[in-house]
Amino acid sequence: MSLAHKGRWITLVGLVCLAGVYVRALAFTPVERLQGPAQKIFYLHVPAALWTEAAMILVGLAGIFYLFLKDPRLDRFAAASAEVGTVFATIVLTTGPIWGKPIWGTWWTWDARLTSTLFLFFLYVGYLLVRGAVRDPRLRARYAAVLGICGLCLVPFIHLSVFLFRTLHPQPIIVKPSAPSLPGSMLATWLFSLAAFTLLYVGFVTQRYALSLARDAQQGEHADHA
Amino acid sequence: MGDLLAQAWAVARKDLVLEFRTRTALVSAVVFTALVLTVFNFGRDPTAVPTVDLAPTILWVTFTFAAMLALNRAFQLELENQALEGLLVSPLSRTGLYWGKLVANLVFVAVVEAVGLPLFVLFFDVPVGRVLVPLVGVIALATLGFVAVGTLFSALVIRTRFAELLLVVILLPFLVPPLIGAVQVTARLLGGRPLSESVGYLKLLAAYDIVFVSLASFLFRFTVDE
Amino acid sequence: MLSAEGLRHVFGEGRGQVVALDGVSFTLTSGQTLAIFGPNGAGKTTLLKVLAGLIRPRAGSVRVAGGRRAIGWIGHQSHLYEHLTVRENLLFWATLYGVPAARRAPRAAEVLGRLGMGDRADQPVWSLSRGLAQRAAIAKALIHDPSVLLLDEPFTGLDLAAAAELRALLGELRGGGAAGRVLVLATHNVDEGVELATDVAFQRRGRFVHFAPRAGRGPAEIAEAYRRAVAGGTDG
Repeated sequence: MSLAHKGRWITLVGLVCLAGVYVRALAFTPVERLQGPAQKIFYLHVPAALWTEAAMILVGLAGIFYLFLKDPRLDRFAAASAEVGTVFATIVLTTGPIWGKPIWGTWWTWDARLTSTLFLFFLYVGYLLVRGAVRDPRLRARYAAVLGICGLCLVPFIHLSVFLFRTLHPQPIIVKPSAPSLPGSMLATWLFSLAAFTLLYVGFVTQRYALSLARDAQQGEHADHA
Repeated sequence: MGDLLAQAWAVARKDLVLEFRTRTALVSAVVFTALVLTVFNFGRDPTAVPTVDLAPTILWVTFTFAAMLALNRAFQLELENQALEGLLVSPLSRTGLYWGKLVANLVFVAVVEAVGLPLFVLFFDVPVGRVLVPLVGVIALATLGFVAVGTLFSALVIRTRFAELLLVVILLPFLVPPLIGAVQVTARLLGGRPLSESVGYLKLLAAYDIVFVSLASFLFRFTVDE
Repeated sequence: MLSAEGLRHVFGEGRGQVVALDGVSFTLTSGQTLAIFGPNGAGKTTLLKVLAGLIRPRAGSVRVAGGRRAIGWIGHQSHLYEHLTVRENLLFWATLYGVPAARRAPRAAEVLGRLGMGDRADQPVWSLSRGLAQRAAIAKALIHDPSVLLLDEPFTGLDLAAAAELRALLGELRGGGAAGRVLVLATHNVDEGVELATDVAFQRRGRFVHFAPRAGRGPAEIAEAYRRAVAGGTDG
């Protein structure tokens, strides 16, 4: 089975799982007392946020390995991870307000997760812009690796800054949706969602990687005939 | 090591001689800073919000813009007559080049800040007298962080399309953590709070500087070569 | 001493890929001057950049006795800072090339004198005429007394008199025997570099299609050989 094919299967399974998560979340998981039905977006929102950050960390790690090994596969992976990370960031940044409006009454709030994800979003955009602005593939890979590594090192500072910033601006309503102390059935749904998003990440990255590979191979074929 | 320092100093000195001799960039940056401060003044309602609440933000946004201007020209200097190529052919170590550029950029930004700070005090009637020394310390710490990352990125963008625009987009996310630290410490200093209250932020600034100066210094060789 | 071994380099990837160097190897010792003739796009500049250490080739290696300190580069661009004086430029580059502090000023004066620029030393580069700016560029390349000189189309834009002067200078610089320098000169015009050469190479599509000592051949002979080697042969 080709890589793209595998990728499509994984994504499909992931989407099915996600649908399953939704059925479970909507029909079988209790409604949260304080926040009402809108809280259910949390099952989508939090795993997406976790993977947004994980994707950035992977971009950075791929960058480190690329600088030492110069393997174009690492660069292809980094590009795929960055694009998927951007998509996930967008999911977080759109579901956040949708969730936030009924609960906090405002579309946007500078809470830790949204703020960190916004940062990551800007990092991704910058990364993809640099990739788009360099023609030579090797130079592009090198520059992307440098930027990716810097992004990776910025992640802890993002958390630190957001944490420090928030201790000055406490949220009007104390909501801790990410508390690990979730009742059993909610935790199960959440974990199921995390698994679904993991599959989605792997599936999307695999497909995107396969697309890059195919594109590069196609150009390579033409070069042979030239 | 001594060789590295001598080379770095030669590069820094050359940049500074060029800047002070042509003066255009320096004067533009200073005038720009004054203009931004002026605009801030007209953009607020003094009866609604006391100056001292906004003052740190105004100061730091102004300094951030000034730093961006400085960084944009850092490697432009090397484009005339392809001097950069000459630097890369010579035995100048890439790290030496980074340190030289870093020092020159720091001096440039320091000059702009040295004019900006008194103007700020003047325009906004902010009492800095008692806290001048710690304030200058914070300015130095934060500026080092901005310029360390900015020097790396300004080398990265020279071979891309729309270099100046790209520099701003990729750099801004990296400026936010030191910016947060700087604004918070400045606010506390201007508010007469003891320095002990700002320890968390000072640690943030120091950690950021250590991490990013080392990282940028190491990664520079991957950005500047062809 | 300069040696290149199996140099291979490409630009870009896939369909738009350009093969700039395709297995170039040679060794030169003091006193040799290699003139590389080739049409535009043959990879001459790329070869020089690889020799200078500006580009790391995809395959192969370069060895230069003395490393970067021993290399002087004369190309299309002067690498000079317009708003510094000629002397300031020379002192800066001397520092980078590791010329000991006490030697820098005397060395600069020496080089300026040799190139007849003594009276212009303290003028900013932007105020110099093209010919003088070219000479200043040469001064910069010589300031650290390099044992290897790499020249990328150095005669471009020079009038006949200036070109003759440059040839004479290069002839002097080349020296002879063990104390001499290595010169590598790339040009697309056979007439320009032939007389200086001790060895001749024709480069086409990244490869040396001819590499031999000049052996007393005159410009006309070499030009003929060049036409045959470069114009003939199969494409692809």
